[in-house]
Amino acid sequence: MNEAILSKEAGAKVKTAAKTAKNKKSGARGALEFTMKALFLICGLVAVGFVLIISVYLIVSGIPAIREVGLLEFLGGTDWDPANRSGDPSFGILPMILTSIYGTAGAIVIGVPIGFLMAVFLSKVAPRRLAAVIREVVDLLAGIPSVVYGLVGMIVLLPAIRDLFGLPAGDSLLAAVFVLAIMILPSIISVSETALDAVPREYEEASLALGATELETYFRVSAPAAKSGIAASVVLGVGRAIGEAMAILMVAGNVANMPSLLSSVKFLTTAIAGEMGYADGLHRQALFSIGLVLFLFIMLINAALNLFLKRSKEGQA
Amino acid sequence: MKGSITKGLSPRRRAYDITMRTLLYAAAALICALLVFLIGYILYRGIPHLSWQFLTSEESVIKDIEGILPAILNTVYVIIATLIFILPLGVGSAIYLTEYASNKRVVAAIEFATETLSGMPSIIFALVGVIVFCEFCGLGQSLIAGAFSLVMMTLPTVIRTTQESLKTVPLSYREGSLALGSGKWHMIRTVVLPSSVDGIVTGCILAVGRIVGESAVLMFTAGMGMRLAKYGDSVGEFFRNLFDSSGATLTVALYHYAKERADFDSAFAVAVVLLVIAFGINLAAKFAGRKLKKR
Repeated sequence: MNEAILSKEAGAKVKTAAKTAKNKKSGARGALEFTMKALFLICGLVAVGFVLIISVYLIVSGIPAIREVGLLEFLGGTDWDPANRSGDPSFGILPMILTSIYGTAGAIVIGVPIGFLMAVFLSKVAPRRLAAVIREVVDLLAGIPSVVYGLVGMIVLLPAIRDLFGLPAGDSLLAAVFVLAIMILPSIISVSETALDAVPREYEEASLALGATELETYFRVSAPAAKSGIAASVVLGVGRAIGEAMAILMVAGNVANMPSLLSSVKFLTTAIAGEMGYADGLHRQALFSIGLVLFLFIMLINAALNLFLKRSKEGQA
Repeated sequence: MKGSITKGLSPRRRAYDITMRTLLYAAAALICALLVFLIGYILYRGIPHLSWQFLTSEESVIKDIEGILPAILNTVYVIIATLIFILPLGVGSAIYLTEYASNKRVVAAIEFATETLSGMPSIIFALVGVIVFCEFCGLGQSLIAGAFSLVMMTLPTVIRTTQESLKTVPLSYREGSLALGSGKWHMIRTVVLPSSVDGIVTGCILAVGRIVGESAVLMFTAGMGMRLAKYGDSVGEFFRNLFDSSGATLTVALYHYAKERADFDSAFAVAVVLLVIAFGINLAAKFAGRKLKKR
């Protein structure tokens, strides 16, 4: 009897001991778990913090110059002469806004059709091995730094344009458009190809069975089915083109003319990249205001891109 | 067979077929020709001026030699300094997004932020880097200011690839580990992370690619110096140099040669180096990516 009671007591003691041990352990563990979760959350919030920092600093340092020059004068003025020493500088960025828009539009007009045709070729027509090789090289094209494009443009494109049109110098919007068109090709090709690859095989088989030729199928069935993805590739190209700075800084000539195809021009991006090194005072503040304008453009484009990507995903699901 | 199908078509449809086919092949041929020309021309212009001395010495007017050793070292240092930050930050936030996140609003905010960052042009990072790191934080033009600016730029790349590979880890691994009594962090550390290492590696390789190719950001935050800083052997000295010295990386050196000095031979030689690095990075990323897919 006594023994039984004793053992029962001992058992109860062991149980409570185990319980407290478990509690202790789970307490320490809980603290660790909580810390780790908090740490990871902080890591995640860093990206949000970066976006906030970028927005806040661009707005804070971009507003003063706009306020001083006047919004209409800044956005609508056609004269950019910030370093005028005679004391009458002017800060109109309309030429740059238009140049950025024209340059991007030109790059899209040249780059998108070629890139789209290439995507159809890679996705549907090319033999698999050839397609694999070409894909490698297109990837390499995407990995080449933008200054290298600028360099080749400077050495090859500028003399060619100069001689072809009999200009004193080849630095022009045209050269920038060509360089941009080549630079956006990889993203257009790869995004469109992904979209075309995702078109259900049944669509194409049905079309072929109904008597359409292969090419009619690709362009009238597959391409429309992949249209959200292709639209996303175009928007992505627009984003790339409007944000590119260094390559076109080397070929565009950097005079703030109103844009025309053969004249030396200044983009929003090249104004910042080219003048940041020596600007001071109001001129420097104006460059930050240009950054703010560019930032707003990009936010609009990103919103459009996300819309198309979402649609493309829904279309596939 | 194909010929016989086309034969029965109406003239209009046949014309459509032929035109479109021609256009397709023309576009493909054009792009291939462009690629071959671009790469061939860079190699043709650059290789003659590439020498061991060019790669391993500092430029010197007195000795009349050109050398890009400082640029190579600066590039390596910026890469290391950037990776030190984006690796934990990127992997951490990917883990939060795939393993922990329960609050939909937080997830949406983080994903919106990464999308925004990845779509931002580099010149914006350059501007913000100049105000925030060079001026506000008082770092001046230094390699570390460049690295911090690049952290902002490359963070989304690491987050996204890590997230992709975390998603491929089967749920059963996690359930098995939890069922055996491990805590969540223990499960992540011992089960989830080891099986997604190749995704993390791919992310880092892609980030390195972007760092090597970046020029606008580094030109303004890390400076354009072409001289060799006093790089020491010890780790402490390495970090001190990050703060003390400013310097051009390879891309900035290329820009400097081409635009400021009109020394195109050296510029093309640097372009060849960059091309080789880009090629190596593509191969490495593909290799790591393939491993990821096999799983």
